[in-house]
Amino acid sequence: MAEIRIENLKKNFGDFIAVRDSSFTIEDGEFFVMLGPSGCGKTTTLRMIAGLETPSDGRILLDGEDVTYKRGAERDIAFVFQLFALYPHMTVRGNISFPLRLQGLPRREVRERTEEVARLLKIEPLLDRGVGGLAAGDRQRVALGRAIVRRAKAFLMDEPLGALDAEFRDLMCEELRLLHKRISATSVYVTHDQIEAMSMADRICVMNKGDVLQIGAPMEVYNRPATKFVASFIGSPSMNFLPAQGNVSPGDTEIQVNGARLAMPEAREGLARTESVLGARPEHITISQDGALRGRVFAVEYMGARQLITIDTDAGRLRVRAPNTVRVGDGELVGLSFDPARVLVFDPASDRTLNSALFDADGEAHAHG
Amino acid sequence: MSKPSLSVTTASPRAKWIAGILVVSYAMVAMIPLVWIFMTGFKSPPDSISYPPKVVFEPSLEGYVNLFTTRSRQTDEYIESLGPPETWYDELVRKRNMVITGPSRFADRYWNSVVIGFGSTFLAVFLGTLAAYGFSRFKVPLKDDLLFFILSTRMMPPIAVAIPIFLMYRELGLSDTAAGMILLYTTVNLSLAVWLLKGFVDEIPREYEEAAVVDGYTRLQAFVKVVLPQMRAGIAATAIFCLIFSWNEYAFALLLTSGNAQTAPPFIPIIIGEGGLDWPAVAAGATLFLLPVVIFTVMLRNQLLRGITFGAVRK
Repeated sequence: MAEIRIENLKKNFGDFIAVRDSSFTIEDGEFFVMLGPSGCGKTTTLRMIAGLETPSDGRILLDGEDVTYKRGAERDIAFVFQLFALYPHMTVRGNISFPLRLQGLPRREVRERTEEVARLLKIEPLLDRGVGGLAAGDRQRVALGRAIVRRAKAFLMDEPLGALDAEFRDLMCEELRLLHKRISATSVYVTHDQIEAMSMADRICVMNKGDVLQIGAPMEVYNRPATKFVASFIGSPSMNFLPAQGNVSPGDTEIQVNGARLAMPEAREGLARTESVLGARPEHITISQDGALRGRVFAVEYMGARQLITIDTDAGRLRVRAPNTVRVGDGELVGLSFDPARVLVFDPASDRTLNSALFDADGEAHAHG
Repeated sequence: MSKPSLSVTTASPRAKWIAGILVVSYAMVAMIPLVWIFMTGFKSPPDSISYPPKVVFEPSLEGYVNLFTTRSRQTDEYIESLGPPETWYDELVRKRNMVITGPSRFADRYWNSVVIGFGSTFLAVFLGTLAAYGFSRFKVPLKDDLLFFILSTRMMPPIAVAIPIFLMYRELGLSDTAAGMILLYTTVNLSLAVWLLKGFVDEIPREYEEAAVVDGYTRLQAFVKVVLPQMRAGIAATAIFCLIFSWNEYAFALLLTSGNAQTAPPFIPIIIGEGGLDWPAVAAGATLFLLPVVIFTVMLRNQLLRGITFGAVRK
């Protein structure tokens, strides 16, 4: 097991910058998820850690040892590929034992370890089958088996659930989490699916266009996004953004949206611009007749216990997550009030979130969320 | 009336019948020359040139005996003085007032064909596999130009350069050597091999090698253990195409070989009997000549089918 440290890692392919300048540390035994849209550099970073891609600059340290220019074979890292990359000309047993057969272990030990892993993953009955006819989930398990059989220092997974259908993905998510608990190996997991990331990660690293935007626990990233991109990428349905007017000064507790004055957590820094962006998650907006902002109901989607209400205001379209006890009809004029402790303000120029009381001390600001 | 089949993948019974009849009749038409050659090999020389052609005839091994022997005509007295024939083929030959004077050169020519045909096929496939892997996986400067250049060697009939090659080979001492012929056929086949095999390597996802490398294997080990086994079908298909070319090649063999290294194709058609070509011997030679390619193809036919349709349907 190992700690992985990334220092000023850069990678360009010709003119294209895949990874601009990343520095972070993945703790020993952590389940670390790299999240971002396609082309954000997450897979490139993962491949650099595995030794499949040579960094343009920077260092990668594995347990303090500089492995930046070491071949993949010398790093003792296991990799699960998106399409599993199971060797089609081998049986399940052949696939799982493939990494062991190189190490010159006694035949008996190879056999025992292969079967132990198969037992752990509940694919023992499949051991002597070919991999061609396996169901997607079983292929996934074989790929995992091949990765864990070697007891490598770290497991890297590149969208390992991307090829599975939705129903099965949830199940595998859970299994992966359990597996990680059992073997508690340092795991780096790449995905573009924020729900996957939220449900599995110890910490999430959000990337976009080659930059690391924020690293934090799922709650942290969700509640206190560092940038507007992070705020919009995480959460479904996504956060609502409304244009806000007027300067923001340190100590301000209100912001103007289309003439309506909305309460916000006390600002800790100022913004010397006349325009900013207000962000509020759908569950932090409530429909109430005394709401400062008013709008007309555009659509209502019932989702069992909750409903999702889309409302057109003068400032733009908003989505509100409300309990199913709220009764509104299409076209109805309603008022909206924003949870004053949870509202975020973004600098439209830098995309950055303005520092506020929400970011003060751990936990307190959003304890009542 | 049967229900019309709406499925794209299953044919109606009637369509199956029609398709079957078409395929079988084509196969029969295609087989006629082969069957005729096979039959002629077992005819006696008079039967082989009788008109109208004989479809029913008394089978004889004379053609095969003539193929493997040289004979001379002798007087009845001389033949009688030899005493009774020792073997069935002596007997067969003596009926025509001949005696066997020694083996023909057919076996040597046949062996030359085996060495040169399979040797050049092996070399072309071996080099082609390595080149194809390199072109598919590595950054090669001017890759596209090189690939085009390799293909361009096939843009004219090889025989167009026969004279320069003839002169070169004479200077280099490669004329009439097995090495020279292997080199020549390998050169001609290599461009086909590189192009065909590159397609097959391209179809194999890189992840397989990456997975092996991460698991501790070297690039070469990954190639041998992971890529090669998946190229089996492609290699088999390529080998068959290469073998068919070098096995059947006639023009260069005629031009560049005469004594030592002559292959079977230029030899078979000039098997002279009494008063002209010995057709049963020619047919017997052609029949035996067909066998290796047929056996090789039958052995690899499952691979070949997969190879030819490879990439057409992704699973």
